[in-house]
Amino acid sequence: MKAWRKFNEGTWQTRIDVRDFIQNNYTEYRGDDTFLEGPTESSTILNEQVNAFLLRELKEGGVLEMDTDTVSSITSHKAGYIDKDLETIVGLQTDKPFKRAFHPYGGINVAKKALEAYGYKVSDRMDEIFSKYRKTHNQGVFDAYTQEVRKARRSGIITGLPDGYGRGRIIGDYRRLALYGATRLIEEKVAEKSRYKTPMNEKNIRMREEIQEQINALKELLELGAHYGFDLSEPANNAKEAIQWTYLAYLAAVKEQNGAAMSLGRTATFLDIYIQRDLNDERINEKEAQEMIDHFIMKLRMVRFARTPDYNDLFTGDPTWVTESLAGMGTDGRSLVTRTTFRYLQTLYNLDTSAEPNLTVLWSDALPKGFKHFCAKVSAETSSIQYENDEIMRPKHGDDYAIACCVSPMNIGKEMQFFGARANLAKALLYAINGGKDEITGNQIAPKTDIYDKEYLDYDEVMSRLDNVMDWLSETYVSALNTIHYMHDKYAYERIQMAFHDAEVKRNFATGIAGLSVVADSLSAIRYAKVRPVRDDRTGLIIDYETEGNFPHYGNNDDLVDEIANDIISRFMTKLRRQYTYRESIPTMSILTITSNVVYGKKTGNTPDGRKTGEPFAPGANPMHGRDKTGALNSLLSVAKINADDCEDGISNTFTLVPSALNNDHENLASIIDGYFTKGGYHVNINILDRAQLIDAYNNPDKYPNLTIRVSGYAVNFAKLTSPQKKEVIERTFHETL
Amino acid sequence: MKHSKGNIHNIETFGTFDGPGVRYVLFLQGCPFKCKFCHNRDSWSSRVNSLMSVQAVLDDYATYEPFYKNGGMTVSGGEPLMQAPFVRDLFQAAKEKNIHTTLDTSAACFNPQKKDLVKEVLTHTDLVLLDIKHIDEAAHKSLTGASNHQVLSFLDLLESLGKKTIIRHVLIPTINDDETSINRLKNHLRHYQCIEKVEVLPYHTHGRHKWEDMGLSYPLEGIPPMDKQTATEVENDLNQTLHTNPNETLFKKDSL
Repeated sequence: MKAWRKFNEGTWQTRIDVRDFIQNNYTEYRGDDTFLEGPTESSTILNEQVNAFLLRELKEGGVLEMDTDTVSSITSHKAGYIDKDLETIVGLQTDKPFKRAFHPYGGINVAKKALEAYGYKVSDRMDEIFSKYRKTHNQGVFDAYTQEVRKARRSGIITGLPDGYGRGRIIGDYRRLALYGATRLIEEKVAEKSRYKTPMNEKNIRMREEIQEQINALKELLELGAHYGFDLSEPANNAKEAIQWTYLAYLAAVKEQNGAAMSLGRTATFLDIYIQRDLNDERINEKEAQEMIDHFIMKLRMVRFARTPDYNDLFTGDPTWVTESLAGMGTDGRSLVTRTTFRYLQTLYNLDTSAEPNLTVLWSDALPKGFKHFCAKVSAETSSIQYENDEIMRPKHGDDYAIACCVSPMNIGKEMQFFGARANLAKALLYAINGGKDEITGNQIAPKTDIYDKEYLDYDEVMSRLDNVMDWLSETYVSALNTIHYMHDKYAYERIQMAFHDAEVKRNFATGIAGLSVVADSLSAIRYAKVRPVRDDRTGLIIDYETEGNFPHYGNNDDLVDEIANDIISRFMTKLRRQYTYRESIPTMSILTITSNVVYGKKTGNTPDGRKTGEPFAPGANPMHGRDKTGALNSLLSVAKINADDCEDGISNTFTLVPSALNNDHENLASIIDGYFTKGGYHVNINILDRAQLIDAYNNPDKYPNLTIRVSGYAVNFAKLTSPQKKEVIERTFHETL
Repeated sequence: MKHSKGNIHNIETFGTFDGPGVRYVLFLQGCPFKCKFCHNRDSWSSRVNSLMSVQAVLDDYATYEPFYKNGGMTVSGGEPLMQAPFVRDLFQAAKEKNIHTTLDTSAACFNPQKKDLVKEVLTHTDLVLLDIKHIDEAAHKSLTGASNHQVLSFLDLLESLGKKTIIRHVLIPTINDDETSINRLKNHLRHYQCIEKVEVLPYHTHGRHKWEDMGLSYPLEGIPPMDKQTATEVENDLNQTLHTNPNETLFKKDSL
């Protein structure tokens, strides 16, 4: 086949196996960054146009234009361009740049609210269709929710559930379109469908229907290609087509779904094979190669969804989590670093820093030195990269996994997950002390027990009460998620994303927790100091705590408290594993808050660790602000101790160093990442920032239009954070040296 | 021999300023110099602060070891050579574990007549960071309370041993930033093959509160911090002449 000329043969030719194609054909790059090219003139002009849109979008309150009368689908809009003559890679979600599409399937009420928040109104026609004739996900969920779930949801002990928005965190293997073309993929799907025949039970009927939906979606994708003048039925013939095909496959997904995290996967090494072939044939030069990548990345930066203010409170900064996973090691010992891996990072210079795509380096001690050095340089200069420990993930997910959202690993095209937001364990602790009543409203949320009545909190008794509350919480939480994912499959099934998966996928049931450091420090206070509960005479509720004496804080590499953190995690995970989980999914857990640590804090009363009502939690698995007093490495070591086998969906750590702490040597940053991951760390966001600079950016936002910072699991433009979130970021620990 | 204990002032587990890479920096208690610009005034006294055995230090180091792959261990102070037997034992044990060792010293207590112990320390030292406070003896005395004779003799010893050395020089406005002092320092240092480079550190006043916390008045009251640009220029100047033939005519630099 012409499209496959000069490629090494392999099983990838006879079955859908992108990994095999990559392993047989990629060229590892072990050099440095000196080969990289700056932006071409057209890249600079296009980028200026995109930046002008961004500025207007920010000035107009975050949204430029919204669709109110077209249900977004793969084929809903005709072709759209920024500047057709300059774009080497084309395709927009709607017919205009930055126009946000209308996605009602997650929930018509939520879609309406999103429009209204920005002064738009859904058309009467759409309103009628989706209120009268077509049920949506959100309605289905609420038809089935139990009273317990509703109460837990309202009290905020479970927050952020994807019951009114797309669940996301599904990564299609978009590379398949480039390698095989749609015709071949459809043939495979037809063959897959024919395997589900007898007995014609619910599972098989569902499989047949879903696969047919996938086939229909692939056919629509052909139509999308035609809008832009491409024949996607055939495999990509060259580098430009390979990028274009991959992008259009992804574009179809973001046209059809407004999932919370719409991650891209692991495309750089795959695309490098095509770029390298064209370079070898002298069809393109390095400048042109970089230009195509720049244009591709520019498009990924433009992905937008219509979202509600509630959603923005939890996940601030308009994130889309177009996560691209870079580098990592192969099981044969070669790294997956290619020149295109460098080219992706180079976009942070050519197009300036950006929060999206969420560039994620799968780090291993064994990565080539030149690449590690370049990563450290880019991190130090842009604070735009996050790192995941490839040594933890590769053994579990193979060497062709990618990160969805922030920290969730999945073998591309073979694994997916049911995203489950998170449970607030700090609140669970307060319920344990207050006999199942909410410490703020006084409502009975968890099963009723006595309010704690002794003068001082006793560790064993509080632990035993907490354990009981966690029994109830795990059951209620999993019930909610089972309901959500059943309904999501029914009313908002991800046809095109699942078309880029094998028929039989492994499903992870991705729960999460918030407030780990608050709970660990609170229990440490109860165990090692004396904590006297303060009662409200009127209600009898315990509303505050007085602590006598000192106690160890999580974040100082002190086993006394770090082991409490692990104990809590292990107890909760064990309980989750005992639950029935929808569609034979496997329970996993993450310690990740994104920016929701601020909202969780707002909804949680005084805690025994000394945190006051409303004060933010630490993000993810981070120690509480200012409590990791014994230095940067001890802070990292405490987090590294968290048992990754109990947190298979990720442990997020956000680490901020002042620039001078590195003494101008990027190698020192690489040493920190190496050290952290060797010690068992899972993930780290690296910020190299001065507090003074952030305070200046807080006061003078216009001076810092592109200031990107890493928050728990993603990057965000600082200007887009809410005021309390900006303050929370400024309050975090900035590690310095003496 | 391994039973000697160190009197520790402080430990920095994430040091990036005292030797190559990320380092474990052990600050020892006690210093014979009385530098007016000292930023660790509380490290002068030799009273017992916190005692640690060689093994305890190595165990603590091991906790952080994966971070130090491109770095190692630095012993600083105070003045580490005041506890030379401990440093010798520590470095010997460290070298057995293949840990890169750096000695950050001002050579304040070096006695050329009794150099055997110091030579033993240096046997196990990969890199020496030698502070030269002032090239002029009288000015050195005024600044630190002692002559610079032992400092310069120590540099001779390093040269005779061929020990890799980095010279560190804190540049202080009105004290040692005049052209004469800098040229004298330059002409002195250029003879030494053991010197890998010179680091010029701009004087800062961050250590001032430590004097005040101890109820002492700050001796360099009124002297402003050194501007970083000037320090960089002096540093470049000093490094350019390193290892050059002393008989060769120096280009007159007008950077000052």
